[in-house]
Amino acid sequence: MESRFRVLFLILMAQFALSGCAATKNLFGFGRDEAPPPTAESPGQVIDPEVERREIKEPKIDKENFEIGAFAGIMSIEDFGTDLAYGARLAYHLTEGFFVEGTVGQTEAGLTSFESLSGGARLFEDRMLTYYNLNLGYNILPGEGFIGEKRAYNTQFYLIAGLGSTEFADDDRFTVNFGAGLRLLLNDAWTLRFDFRDHLYDIDILGEEKTVHNLEGTLGFTFFF
Amino acid sequence: MSEPSTTTTHSTPRPTNLFWVACLALFALLAIFPEQAKAAKELRSVAVADPYLEMHTGPGRGYPIFHVVDRGESIDIIKQRTDWFLVRDADGDEGWVDRGQMELTLNPDGSEVDFRHAGLEEFTNSKWEIGVLAGDFGGANTVSLYGAYSLNPHVSLEVWGSQILGNFSNGWTASVNVVHETWPDWRVSPFFTLGAGVIRTEPKSTIIQGEDRNDQIGHAGAGIRVYVTRRFLFRAEYKTHVVFTSRNDNEEVEEWKVGFAFFF
Repeated sequence: MESRFRVLFLILMAQFALSGCAATKNLFGFGRDEAPPPTAESPGQVIDPEVERREIKEPKIDKENFEIGAFAGIMSIEDFGTDLAYGARLAYHLTEGFFVEGTVGQTEAGLTSFESLSGGARLFEDRMLTYYNLNLGYNILPGEGFIGEKRAYNTQFYLIAGLGSTEFADDDRFTVNFGAGLRLLLNDAWTLRFDFRDHLYDIDILGEEKTVHNLEGTLGFTFFF
Repeated sequence: MSEPSTTTTHSTPRPTNLFWVACLALFALLAIFPEQAKAAKELRSVAVADPYLEMHTGPGRGYPIFHVVDRGESIDIIKQRTDWFLVRDADGDEGWVDRGQMELTLNPDGSEVDFRHAGLEEFTNSKWEIGVLAGDFGGANTVSLYGAYSLNPHVSLEVWGSQILGNFSNGWTASVNVVHETWPDWRVSPFFTLGAGVIRTEPKSTIIQGEDRNDQIGHAGAGIRVYVTRRFLFRAEYKTHVVFTSRNDNEEVEEWKVGFAFFF
């Protein structure tokens, strides 16, 4: 093991020494020593255009690829009942289809049937469940939703999946989540989001280790900026 | 399994409060971004050079075309979201136009516009990169987030944060890396990396009686970056870590990770 590390280290140093020369040259500001392009000689130019080119400063286009928002809803923790869940999300839209999103959320665990029946004896004290996840989503089925006769809102149905961690019952648990949702584009900046997720992790708090499914349904607002 | 407690006290309210503070801060942030401020800004104008320009109701191929702008007319660009531009014509109609059509417009001085999307060249020369990777860290699951800054196409600096979730212990690592790409202009670009950081190990209370530890960690590794499309790249890497423990022996850990990243 030790020697493998050493070998890798040596390979790395050799890489830096050999092929990194070009890189370091740029790094320390020596720059590329390319010859300047030869100045084009204008053979027999008669008319000297005296038109001054107007320097137009183009205003920057406002790019709005980030989406930020908060949500609230219900989350069911397997064996621990269902309670209010809430959290925040931040997304970056890469293309009109793909987006990456980070979410943090929280809910509180109720009592298992064992805890209710035994009367007061609790499996653990800190009943908060806090999770975070990093996801990749894809917008499919763009459409329109009609409210009454005169209002139409653009909608986006999306599929999303990702990895993260859930802090629950005094431990951090590797968590996989997947789900789907719907964006209702209220105007060019605000959206209303319905989101349904399944969070899966392994837990052995009730004896045998098992994979649990925690279903979550939330409603939230997001803002593009 | 933990000892069943007979007390019925509630959990500490601290995390909840923290959460509400975070949510409130979020909405305060949104309030600071008033859209009115943007309205006063000068907008970039372009002229339609194609026979016509199609306006969609939303930023996507699936949304219907509801208006067309004729050749020669001028349009203002209000904002851009991914490959779609929200534009306003002289009559005040607003709609979304895709990049392909926007590339065929002209600047007010008649020159061609440049609305190209990122390509292989940006993959090689972009300054910033953010990515998410997941994999195996010495038998445990790991989820990582990193940010990178390129000093030049060959050398970049990276900051990593990872959470390690194992059967016997959990932990965090934070590290700083130097990454060297030998052929950064290749679509599949191999790299070598060297770095150092800290690792925090928290043995699971239900299984092992152990103390939380903070140790220094050093690593070397290699991997590939693969340009996929637009601003996307795929990344896979192998790192071998040495944990400089306070015990007699240093610990060695192997790590495999795959994930994706985007550059800007």
